[in-house]
Amino acid sequence: MLKIENLHVKLEEEDKQILKGIDLHVPYGEVHAIMGPNGSGKSTLSYVLSGRDGYEVTEGSAQLEGEDLLDLEPEERAAAGLFLAFQYPVEIPGVGNMTFLRTAVNAQRKARGEEELSAGDFLKAVRAKAKTLKIDSEMLKRPVNVGFSGGEKKRNEILQMAMLEPKMCILDETDSGLDVDAMKLVSEGVNALRGPDRGFLVITHYQRLLDHIKPDVVHIMANGRIVKSGGPELALEVETNGYGDIIGEVA
Amino acid sequence: MVSEAKKKATEDRLSALTLPQGNGWLDAARKDALGRLRAVGLPAKRDEYWRFTDPSALVATAPAVEGAQAAADPFAELDPFVITVDGDAITVPDGAPEGLEIDTLRAASAVDIHWVRDVYGTHEAAGSRPVLRPLAMLNTAYATDGLLLRVKGAVARPVAIRYTPGTDPILHHVVKLEPGASLVLLESGTSGDRSNHVLEADLADDASFHHLRIQGPDDLRHVNTHVFAGLSARSVLKSFTLSANGALTRNEAVIEMTGDDGSATVAGAAFGRGAFHHDDTVFVTHDALNCESRQVFKKVLRDGATGVFQGKILVKEGAQKTDGYQISQSLLLDDDSVFLAKPELEIYADDVACSHGSTTGAIDETALFYLRSRGVSKRDATDMLVLSFLAEALDEIEDEALREHVTARLAGWLAEH
Repeated sequence: MLKIENLHVKLEEEDKQILKGIDLHVPYGEVHAIMGPNGSGKSTLSYVLSGRDGYEVTEGSAQLEGEDLLDLEPEERAAAGLFLAFQYPVEIPGVGNMTFLRTAVNAQRKARGEEELSAGDFLKAVRAKAKTLKIDSEMLKRPVNVGFSGGEKKRNEILQMAMLEPKMCILDETDSGLDVDAMKLVSEGVNALRGPDRGFLVITHYQRLLDHIKPDVVHIMANGRIVKSGGPELALEVETNGYGDIIGEVA
Repeated sequence: MVSEAKKKATEDRLSALTLPQGNGWLDAARKDALGRLRAVGLPAKRDEYWRFTDPSALVATAPAVEGAQAAADPFAELDPFVITVDGDAITVPDGAPEGLEIDTLRAASAVDIHWVRDVYGTHEAAGSRPVLRPLAMLNTAYATDGLLLRVKGAVARPVAIRYTPGTDPILHHVVKLEPGASLVLLESGTSGDRSNHVLEADLADDASFHHLRIQGPDDLRHVNTHVFAGLSARSVLKSFTLSANGALTRNEAVIEMTGDDGSATVAGAAFGRGAFHHDDTVFVTHDALNCESRQVFKKVLRDGATGVFQGKILVKEGAQKTDGYQISQSLLLDDDSVFLAKPELEIYADDVACSHGSTTGAIDETALFYLRSRGVSKRDATDMLVLSFLAEALDEIEDEALREHVTARLAGWLAEH
């Protein structure tokens, strides 16, 4: 599903190489975790895949279902089925959460040549999905992420993901700022979306999120490269010994 | 001293106009205004309050361009009582809402005794000190017509003035609210290629006046408007203007708070591109105890458009416990657009809270990326962020139904670009 080959990325504004040859393949139905110390390039990878400005790809490729992602605008990547759950979801005062969600859902449907959802169908779908994430109607009415707690913001990200039904979901440090209960709720939301047609890339600093969202493969990233890949036991190794051993071992 | 050049420009302009004939009291008011105008002359580029806005198109003997367009009535769905103004031809339908007496300046000029006699031109004259408002003086002298609304109680149904384009109209409306009376007044449409409007509002004790105006969305009009309001004790004024497009807009608001515990809000949201030049010039005077005033103005400028804000809060001696607030903000969508702001505070009382701020910014790239990453096109995402930026000004419209209505209009116009 998601195939990244030899991806090299530098900052656009300065001569600083962030990713130095990433190779990664997430097959259909699998959950891959990327762990690594601060500054290893995890978030950069998520931004480059979703098309944020400020980065320059100097080498390599990234494909979603065989389609080259890197030439597409961010909204085209979304329509192609890519979704990024932000580490810091953005507050948009004055734009209702519902309005935003509906605009996004219908923009994607339109881009894919599908019919737009009617107001009634949309409302029904949102209410059902919001309920499982314990998002009340008051939160749906409020401006996007304004006045939301950290946990509410992350739940709102998962609600967007559930409504947009992407093929490939990237979760960027979704566990940051969450207490145990919120992490459970968010994880349940993610797990409900797992399926044979969908892939996940879960970026996290800590192992604890992976207790709830069980990965098939764990990659350790350091200094712009994936230095080690393995099963879920790799995450436990990090938890026990820290990154030092693994990174040192490879170097 | 009026310079020779100014004198000439003023006389040139006046020679193209005819002083309307009428009864004694109105004649006197017109001649008084004309005298005041001749003493100061029409505005010129070097005048203190015209440095950011070139008044020549407003002062010229004839409109600079033609092409004002009628637009669909943005308030139609609200089912207001509609008064149509075609150029300067006013049509008042039968069946005025209860508590409201409607007349026109033209009709009133034919009678000797009329309530408007004590109001017409008085707030304008008071508001032309210390800052000169020569275009308003010209208006008081030469207005060919205007609506006269006497509000005697709580008027439940909103009253809408609906303009369609005519030739260079000069209109002077007066709203007099008696003690405890309330009115919602809506204005929309374009009255001409160039128009000069004055609205004088006289609020007695405990009166409430909500004024909501939509200018646009046609591109070519040159507009200058003045709102003069006098507030007595515990009265409430809320005036909001949405300006969409237009070549030149100068909206002045002059508020005098002379009764204790009053509250005045003047707010506006404006957006335009290219030759768009939009100027809000506001002067709020606190001359009573415990009054609150708010000025909230937001502009979205693109493709080299210019926005101007000149806002002043004057707190006179003894106007203790004044709470004055002023904010002007612009969102520049490119490097060619310009926002010029001149916030002023002048305070002669020692127990007051006054704050002001002004900001200029570009679109938030992170927010733009966030929206686009959800599949929203760059254009739609930009529109959403524009709406988000203007929302804080729209929030000044207290009535939720009206606010949502104006917001929906605005969203529609943004999407048409």
